[in-house]
Amino acid sequence: MIHFVILISRQGKVRLTKWYSPYSQKERTKVIRELSGLILTRAPKLCNFVEWKGYKVVYRRYASLYFCMGIDADDNELEILEIIHHFVEILDRYFGSVCELDLIFNFHKAYYILDEILIAGELQESSKKTVARLIAAQDSLVETAQEQANSISNMIAQATK
Amino acid sequence: MNPFSSGTRLRDMIRAIRACKTAAEERAVVRKECAAIRAAISENDPDYRHRNLAKLMFIHMLGYPTHFGQMECLKLIASAGFPEKRIGYLGLMLLLDERQEVLMLVTNSLKQDLNHSNQYIVGLALCALGNICSAEMARDLAPEVERLLQTRDPNIKKKAALCSIRIIRKVPDLAENFMGPASSLLKEKHHGVLIAGVQLCTDLCKASTIALEYLRKNCTEGLVRILRDVSNSPYAPEYDIAGITDPFLHIRVLRLMRMLGQGDADSSEYMNDILAQVATKTESNKNAGNAILYECVETIMGIEATSGLRVLAINILGRFLSNRDNNIRYVALNMLMKAVTVDSQAVQRHRTTILECVKDSDASIRKRALELVFLLVNDTNVKSLTKELIDHLEVSDQEFKGDLTAKICSIVEKFSQEKLWYIDQMCKVLSLAGNHVKDDVWHALIVMISNAPDLQGYAVRSLYKAFRTSNEQESLVRVTVWCIGEYGEMLVNNVGVLEMEEPMTVTESDAVDVVEVALQHHSSDITTRAMSLVALLKLSSRFPPTSERIREIVMQHKGNVELELQQRSLEFNSIIQRHPNIKSSLVERMPVLDESAYIGKRAGSSQATLSADKSSQTTSSGPSSLKLPNGVTKPPAAPLMDLLDLSSDDAPVSTSSTTDFLHDLLGGDSISPGVAPSGGAGTDILMDLLSIGSPSAPTDVLVPNAISSKQGNAPEPKIAPAPVMDLLDGLPSREENPVYPSITAFESSTLKITFSFTKQPGNLQATVIQATFTNLSSSAYTDFIFQAAVPKKALAMRIRMAYKVNDQDKLEQGQINNFPRGL
Repeated sequence: MIHFVILISRQGKVRLTKWYSPYSQKERTKVIRELSGLILTRAPKLCNFVEWKGYKVVYRRYASLYFCMGIDADDNELEILEIIHHFVEILDRYFGSVCELDLIFNFHKAYYILDEILIAGELQESSKKTVARLIAAQDSLVETAQEQANSISNMIAQATK
Repeated sequence: MNPFSSGTRLRDMIRAIRACKTAAEERAVVRKECAAIRAAISENDPDYRHRNLAKLMFIHMLGYPTHFGQMECLKLIASAGFPEKRIGYLGLMLLLDERQEVLMLVTNSLKQDLNHSNQYIVGLALCALGNICSAEMARDLAPEVERLLQTRDPNIKKKAALCSIRIIRKVPDLAENFMGPASSLLKEKHHGVLIAGVQLCTDLCKASTIALEYLRKNCTEGLVRILRDVSNSPYAPEYDIAGITDPFLHIRVLRLMRMLGQGDADSSEYMNDILAQVATKTESNKNAGNAILYECVETIMGIEATSGLRVLAINILGRFLSNRDNNIRYVALNMLMKAVTVDSQAVQRHRTTILECVKDSDASIRKRALELVFLLVNDTNVKSLTKELIDHLEVSDQEFKGDLTAKICSIVEKFSQEKLWYIDQMCKVLSLAGNHVKDDVWHALIVMISNAPDLQGYAVRSLYKAFRTSNEQESLVRVTVWCIGEYGEMLVNNVGVLEMEEPMTVTESDAVDVVEVALQHHSSDITTRAMSLVALLKLSSRFPPTSERIREIVMQHKGNVELELQQRSLEFNSIIQRHPNIKSSLVERMPVLDESAYIGKRAGSSQATLSADKSSQTTSSGPSSLKLPNGVTKPPAAPLMDLLDLSSDDAPVSTSSTTDFLHDLLGGDSISPGVAPSGGAGTDILMDLLSIGSPSAPTDVLVPNAISSKQGNAPEPKIAPAPVMDLLDGLPSREENPVYPSITAFESSTLKITFSFTKQPGNLQATVIQATFTNLSSSAYTDFIFQAAVPKKALAMRIRMAYKVNDQDKLEQGQINNFPRGL
């Protein structure tokens, strides 16, 4: 299974973390710190897998962001590379040429997307189209709810003038 | 909404934080925002709860504590609207983990949401449950999730399936409940549901053998069909990756097939054709294809495959191994490790390529390759492989040297048939990477050398040569120093020269030089220096002309800040200067170190370091192994009397003699020689009172009773000295031990002896007795000999004292019966 997903920038800033195994706050900071040190210093031509504390960490760099996933020693590393790419492509489709800033200002949306791709550390959906459709449906639910709330408060504001 | 300034918008807060130039600035902004959020929380303000939680999550990602927001998640989850629930569940998953008790409070909301009419809200609940639930929550809500597995909506179905995976991982007992529903999932068409369903089945197989049997019986056919359909399917844009339809589904199905086919010939046979098809048909120019091939090969290796299929798999492996992509090579090495158990011959063919990988620039590949090499070593190729590895050791990176050294040492130890080869390899390893060699490795080397008398000369000469070139490798220095100390005369007199050795002349002075260098070198640590001092003492006995020079060297450390070195310096100086007649028996050749005992002990101790045994030695106040020469005692405080048998007209006895020794260098046990005294029954048996901390307590050392010297063929009496406690060592531990009153063991008009007792903490089987001798007369006693004997059963002791007063021999004896009870 995938134990955690971490997105870090070249400077070591955390952009997204998702934990599918129990890690306390302290443990999480420790993991992030150690992995940043390990991965950010790797030369570009080397393979995308590092062994760390009995886990394997698969990582791939997209522009200024490193996408890292920690997996069990007997998982298929090449498949995880594909899952990372799957995630990135869906983000790209959603944000339209995604860049790091999108993920910073809309981190909650990135999380929603991740939750449609992985649950319990396992893959949920292999069709990018389906994921996009589900996210769009939920986004429109949110929009409708906000519009309703707006119109109600307008009515109240009018009434109490 | 009226945006009064109860807080900034999320976007603005993020902008403000990013604009901060220093960490202090950022902390200030965060503190301000947190204060506002806390105020809003305490006012129970519902309007901005959504936004505040989003801000809290951002702040949490920066690394600041946000536990005060946990209850906000609960309130949002309990709200009616979808947006609130969405962010509430997200906050829950981010800010909490399953070990927190607050999580239990969500169980009720989860239950309601799992039954909600809005499918997306059900989805939110399933997602949260699947990511973060604890075992109790899993148990509580399992029935709901089971029910949801049967719904028609594929979105809910797939989420429920993955949620079930977590439930089973947390509560494996529930696995059988999910067997049926899981197998019906495999009949679906929707890819998401299929992937989730296959994964659920895989986890069920791991959790329960009953489930495994069930699924094997009912699902193998269906699985093969799924794989065949997806493999043969035409172009499907929705699932296409690099020309392959849904590689993820391929891989999941292959993995489940591995679990079902393992150990079962029938199902394996059923899978044969489709596996062959996937193995041959899949394109390997893109990562997706390679991922499928990787999984396929793993499956072929894992089930009861036909030989044709195995050949196919090994071929793919070979191709991977020579691929230029680092990822593929890494994965190939991984696969080869599994393949070794299945078909070792095939893997041996790739040995050269694997050895190349050990030298690769990529650390991950090197590591894998090294482990693989270790699996490939057998008796025929061990010499060439070791040579390659040692050659590489010379040029490898510092970080890699540790691993490489450890592996080489274990290979050498496991496979060495000839002691000569072993010594050679270890010399090389010590020279190249001695600093990375673990303690137990060079200890083993010493044990081995001590057990190979015909190679001792060769060993000490090789080490001497190695030392000349690489004397900064600590372990090399230690082994060399010990060997020169023990076998110095072999070095100087060229004893036991083997044909291939080059002639070499080493003078006594040269040998002392080496030890002196080791002693004075700035990088030598305490252990090395301690060992050097001991070696010097030995050499002063073996090379009498150098004695004075050695004494001067030793004396240089009389003021050393390290107490251990200081003490040794003073004591050895005293021995050299004032006790020349006992010196040779003190430092005579060590007995053969008991290899089997050492190996057994090493296998037993989890640390596999001898430093664990240090506590059992009475002399350890320093770090790692301190080696004492045979027979050296620490003299008691007062009076300063030599308790050893000083009638050293005895020649040094052979190693299998019944001589008793104070310390086993490698563990504090006494070595039990195989020779029984010819006296047989009736002889008092002398127990080694100094085997303190020996785990196998009754290792009686049989020593001829010196009292009944009428037995003509009793070997030379060597008497165990009175037990002596190391005063340095006793001090800290004394408080913790049970205290026994001291006794007056013997009292006459001329001599008084008192015994005081302590036990070492943690080892109540053995007692340390400190004997204090008081001269009650006005004359001096010389040549004092104290002998003691104990019977096996009773706690009593017979003692005998012989000494000279005014040039007259005097003999006193007695029996001690007043040992404290419960000792």
